[in-house]
Amino acid sequence: MTPNGLLQIAVYFALLVLLTKPMGAFMARVFQGERTFLHPVLAPLERICYRAAGIRPDSEQRWTQYSASLLAFSFVSLVFVYLLQRCQGWLPLNPMGLGAAAPIAPDLAFNTAVSFTTNTNWQAYSGESTLSYLVQMAALAVQNFASAAAGVAVAVALTRGFARQQATSIGNFWVDLTRAVVYLFLPLSLLSALFFCSQGVIQNFAPSTKAVTLEGRPQVIAQGPVASQEAIKMLGTNGGGFFNANSAHPFENPTPLTNLIQMLLIFVIPAGLTYTFGRMVGDQRQGWAIFAAMAVLFLLGVFVLYGAEQSGNPILARLGLQTAPTATQPGGTMEGKEVRFGIAATALFATITTGASCGAVNGMHDSFTPLGGLVPLFNMQTGEVIFGGTGAGLYGMLLFAILAVFIAGLMVGRTPEYLGKKIEGKEVKMAMLALIATSAAILLFTGAGAVIDFAKASYWNAGGPATANLNNAGPHGFGELLYAYSSAAANNGSAFAGLNANTPWYNLTLGLAMLVGRFLIIVPMLAAASRLAAKKKLAATTGTLPTHGPLFVTLLVGTVVIVGALTFFPALSLSPVVEHLLMLQGRLF
Amino acid sequence: MWRQMIPALRMTLWLTLLTGLLYPALVTALSQGLFPVQANGSLLTQDGRVIGSTLLGQNFTRPGYFHPRPSAAGSDGYDASSSGGSNFGPTSQKLLDRIQAAKSAEGLQTNIPADMLTASGSGLDPHISPANAQLQVPRVARARNIPEPELAELVNRHTEARTLGFLGEPRVNVLLLNLAVDHRWPARP
Repeated sequence: MTPNGLLQIAVYFALLVLLTKPMGAFMARVFQGERTFLHPVLAPLERICYRAAGIRPDSEQRWTQYSASLLAFSFVSLVFVYLLQRCQGWLPLNPMGLGAAAPIAPDLAFNTAVSFTTNTNWQAYSGESTLSYLVQMAALAVQNFASAAAGVAVAVALTRGFARQQATSIGNFWVDLTRAVVYLFLPLSLLSALFFCSQGVIQNFAPSTKAVTLEGRPQVIAQGPVASQEAIKMLGTNGGGFFNANSAHPFENPTPLTNLIQMLLIFVIPAGLTYTFGRMVGDQRQGWAIFAAMAVLFLLGVFVLYGAEQSGNPILARLGLQTAPTATQPGGTMEGKEVRFGIAATALFATITTGASCGAVNGMHDSFTPLGGLVPLFNMQTGEVIFGGTGAGLYGMLLFAILAVFIAGLMVGRTPEYLGKKIEGKEVKMAMLALIATSAAILLFTGAGAVIDFAKASYWNAGGPATANLNNAGPHGFGELLYAYSSAAANNGSAFAGLNANTPWYNLTLGLAMLVGRFLIIVPMLAAASRLAAKKKLAATTGTLPTHGPLFVTLLVGTVVIVGALTFFPALSLSPVVEHLLMLQGRLF
Repeated sequence: MWRQMIPALRMTLWLTLLTGLLYPALVTALSQGLFPVQANGSLLTQDGRVIGSTLLGQNFTRPGYFHPRPSAAGSDGYDASSSGGSNFGPTSQKLLDRIQAAKSAEGLQTNIPADMLTASGSGLDPHISPANAQLQVPRVARARNIPEPELAELVNRHTEARTLGFLGEPRVNVLLLNLAVDHRWPARP
């Protein structure tokens, strides 16, 4: 680790802390229906949205209606994205004629549709050679807004569950969705898109440019409306790149400055929501306690990842590659990394993008050192609660908070309480259902993928074992498989991208993992929100565990780590852990 | 759930119009007006022909040019319509073989800059590290029959510092450097 690298991490974290309060306070006002400085301009747009969708903004919904609205919206979106992809060959804004000869296969279209409606943005396709500008904008970018806004809506609804007493309703999904899009995502996306463009991110509808290089060779330069998509891709913790190389591509992330802004955009809403939470439940310290737990996990991850990447790969060091940094070269492992970012900015980005369920990458995680790859895996497997996705991070961490007070309650033999609400069997069952469903999706599918064998002329995959689709052999190959299902179930979307996942088998199973990871958390959490909203708030007594101090933060961090470790340690030890030991011995596969 | 289908359908269509068409159209109009060069790919032209983009690396193999990093984009590298990395893991035999081949091709032994034989994530990395560039100075100078110190000085002038003094890493844009070399010593290699 270099002083300059540590400085970059420190500056980033300081900016994040500074942004949390203003962002959180603003969101609290928006979602409680109060006026903000943006209302004079945007309130008419909000009203147009309600009229367009035929919604009565003053009506409240019970949790069943709230869930039904969300599910219906996601279902319609899914069908819409699927159809747009299948039809792109006949639709406009397709200067390269993509999908005209052979339409996108049904399994790939399904996978992509699920991926973008669940805020995962797993990409089994390569953007520049598969999708038309229309599909990128009108199908994918729309879901970048919509799925992110839906996540925020669920977090706000769950927060209302803690804030309200003896209530039957938890808000209105359509109103929360609309406000998130109109006051949060649209204005911030517009500003950051223009900033990105000033730095070199492209924004046009032109066909690819044919260049002839200095040495006289042809170079085809892909074009497209990238900046508008880039902004919401980061802000909505979506992460689906316009180009295959995602934020490593110079047209998506041209300078170290855009890199810093992209990293801030990923975390700014999830971090701000912890403050919103504190504000809405009437005790700001509760929000900061959640923030602190997330920050501890985040900083731990950054330093492990950065340390591993900077110390480099001994196998390459033996070939004569410098692994120690000097003033004129970065050292570490540079395979899969960009010179303009170097080791620190790539390690920081990787921790952020997997801590949040973003999944954008500015370097290839597949080429990280084993311990460097362990951090993204662990971040995803603990359920994306290290600030997490927009909304998803907060409701995921509240799930762990419920669990933490439950465990603490068991230890001292008292009925657990959180924010004055009794945590009873139903809430704990809902939290456990969510946890078990996603863990099962990761482990069962990974296990199946490791052993399944296909017949010669199978529709599902090329004949032979499913592991033939891996790019790497040995423990790293298993890591690619484990990463894929962890990423899908956590709705992250980043990849150990060597895996060829564009076959019906992988498209379907990864699609199912994404659906489980999205809706089997959201629906139980909304159910828990409704139960909590119905309860009275109890006054704190001397026997109440305070949930705003270091003790609770430690307990919460411990719960996240222990649940993650107990569930995934066997799988992790088969891949990054053993791979690390073999790398030190110089073993190759 | 079925009763919610009508608002779901209307909301999806409306958001498609608002965030899928109007928003990118607005960004396009503004950015084409404010930043026309950047919005169209920061393209470089020579004699009216596009020779590349300042932001994208391209292949250079002649000894009289500075060479970029290895690239996994497309079949020949630096394919700007097929970005991507090698995705070789740290214990990959293929990675080792590729690095060894490149090492003997460039005639390198030890103290090789970390970026020199490794492929970038995008496969389009326009930059190399200053150490990498300086290491290539003798070869380029010999091939062009030009004085080494002057060329090294040119490399220094094309070395960009960290952004704002601390962000990212120092770097040299290979295409811009090669253009500057061509400009300073016009005889083509």
